Amino acid sequence: MWTRLVALIVKELLVLLRDPRSRVILIAPPVIQLIVFSFAATLEVKNVDVVILDRDEGASGGELARRIEGSPSFRTVTPVHDPAVLRKAIDQGHAIAAMEIGPSFSRDLVAGRPASVQILLDGRRSNAAQLVNGYLGEIVSSYIADENEAAHRVATVPRVVTRNWFNPNLESQWFMVPGLIASIALMIGLIVTGLSVSRERELGTFDQLMVSPLRTHEILLGKALPPIMVGCVHVTIYVLATIFIFDVPLRGSLLLLYASALVFLAAVVGVGLFISALSATQQQAILGCFLFMVPATLLSGFATPIANMPVWLQAVTVINPLRYFLAVARGVFLKGMALSDVARNTAPLVLIAAITLTAAAWLFRRRTE
Amino acid sequence: MTRASETGPIALRALSLGARARRLAALMKKEALQIVRDPSSILIAFVLPVILLFLFGYGVSLDTTRTRIGVVLESPTPMSRELAAAFQASPYFATSTGFDRRQFEDSLVRGGVGGVVVIPSTFDSDMTRRGRAPAVQVLVDGTDPNTAGLVNGYVQGVIGNWVAQRAVEYGRMEAVSGSESRMWFNSELTSRYFLVPGSIAIVMALVGTLLTALVVAREWERGTMEAMMATPVSSVELLLGKVVPYFVLGLGSMTLCTVIAVFLFHVPFRGSVGALYAVSAAFLLPALGQGLLISAATKNQFLASQLALMTSFLPTFLLSGFLFEIGSMPRAIQLVTPLVAARWLIPSLESVFLTGDLWPVFHKSITIMLLYGGIFLALATRMSRKRVA
Repeated sequence: MWTRLVALIVKELLVLLRDPRSRVILIAPPVIQLIVFSFAATLEVKNVDVVILDRDEGASGGELARRIEGSPSFRTVTPVHDPAVLRKAIDQGHAIAAMEIGPSFSRDLVAGRPASVQILLDGRRSNAAQLVNGYLGEIVSSYIADENEAAHRVATVPRVVTRNWFNPNLESQWFMVPGLIASIALMIGLIVTGLSVSRERELGTFDQLMVSPLRTHEILLGKALPPIMVGCVHVTIYVLATIFIFDVPLRGSLLLLYASALVFLAAVVGVGLFISALSATQQQAILGCFLFMVPATLLSGFATPIANMPVWLQAVTVINPLRYFLAVARGVFLKGMALSDVARNTAPLVLIAAITLTAAAWLFRRRTE
Repeated sequence: MTRASETGPIALRALSLGARARRLAALMKKEALQIVRDPSSILIAFVLPVILLFLFGYGVSLDTTRTRIGVVLESPTPMSRELAAAFQASPYFATSTGFDRRQFEDSLVRGGVGGVVVIPSTFDSDMTRRGRAPAVQVLVDGTDPNTAGLVNGYVQGVIGNWVAQRAVEYGRMEAVSGSESRMWFNSELTSRYFLVPGSIAIVMALVGTLLTALVVAREWERGTMEAMMATPVSSVELLLGKVVPYFVLGLGSMTLCTVIAVFLFHVPFRGSVGALYAVSAAFLLPALGQGLLISAATKNQFLASQLALMTSFLPTFLLSGFLFEIGSMPRAIQLVTPLVAARWLIPSLESVFLTGDLWPVFHKSITIMLLYGGIFLALATRMSRKRVA
């Protein structure tokens, strides 16, 4: 059995490497994904444009405006003198936030009355706007606190000292790049499997394989192992890029990461076999993979947290294999995830792999008999 | 075949306008029938949009509501209890209280809590002694920087409100100073309000580019496209016959999505229907042109689908400003984004839904998208003609 299996695996790998289409699949999407996602897919908010309408009759408003200009978060800080211009800047998307300092700002500050400024934000980009609001609010409160202190009007306001664990500077690449290890494994595992079976079916060589002395489970193993191997190669390349190009700290054990990756790939290959068993042409296989990949990625916590989803949808994500491996990839890199936590996230993957592989095997038998 | 395409235009000139229109109508009818009878077209044009819209409407949310946090009271003094109660009352947090930060450290690693607020044992004495600002320590799970930033903001907000409330009670008004913010167009801060209009753009990119590229590439692959070229039909007519049905199909998907967005997801619709169709139609031209160009250039379904995903779906998702801020990207990538047609569609689409009609913005976007559409369609026409000749 082993010689037959090895021969089949070698054949699969050769087909994969010699076919120009599969070479494209193996090289182009992973490279593009690594570059585009790691650099462009950031929810950070930098280089934003704000406008300031300073109607303060005293000097404090100007001082506050200068503080804002000095902050590195903002690209342009444009002073305006007309509320209509301010409104237009937000309406047309030229500025994400506008600050209006009222005429009595200095007076209120000196008199110890509540002195406040108004911040107007573009809710069409509510996430970015919220972060900008945080930046501006912090500058305003620290300015007011400093002014009060200088004038010995000390109000006891608790200071908030924040420490961000695992990612002290909140680097978005530390979040995105380990996640890409999981998403590339999903993509490669799925597409390589999906294409290999559907190509044979389209060309009619699958029937030849079926009448060969190979048993059904051998054919399945021969189809399942090469994508797992290729997936491991891609995972390795991405792990190396994560460590050496993006300088993401590796705090846990790579061995645990790989153990979990193998189980994850087995689960994904099971899904890929299932899709290709259902599709008659490569076209359908590609569409099927796409139809699985998009929801799996969106519902995994890859870009947005699962905790933000409605409760019923959070329950659906339990069957999503990417969710578990994503937690392991990020956990091993950033949190130094321990064996028990990796095992807790890998156990569902074992179950998913067992189900998808069995289902695929069943579907193949049924289709061939 | 060369002769046929050369004599095509001459023969065309001899035809009356009515005959030409009839021929075009026949071509469009044929395309429309093909769309209706092909399950994969229906899948991409109507099932996929609904799935995507549901995923973006429900699955993708940046609204960090009810984050689980731990509040540590190092000593349960009256004031620290009061502050802890403020956290419990906040709609942004689901709190569990403890007396030692080590209780929550494991949970922070596992992702059980998103942050820990530590109120020190000296909190009360520091609050009452003048000149000593008490410190509250906040430990946030920084793995997801966006959530960490929001959680941190909410913690500051809760403390700020608590201080302001106390100040009002004790008549110390200067502590109330600060900033007060108003979120325009989206006062409830619902990320769905901008994600759903954005996903309509993705749907149109999928229908316009992926579907067109796939279907037309199949015709090239099977040789039926060349068979059509051999008929007296000119290549302009042939492409027009392809563009119009898919254009209508794209607008159909967009209408379906808008109806779902407004009636199911309750996204406000403050602009006019005319503006919605104007910007959508302007976007569909470059999308369709790109699809036709891809299919004419590759003449292979597999390559066409890959190219369509990579040059249309991914840029629309990543480089259009729909989810990720363009201003935060590296300069080199920022310079590429104006070339993505969807980057011009998204702000207009978001305005139609959330702000209202902003014609100065729409005019500019529409002009640019039409320009791109013209370029793509011209290239596609040239490519189709040259390949046959």
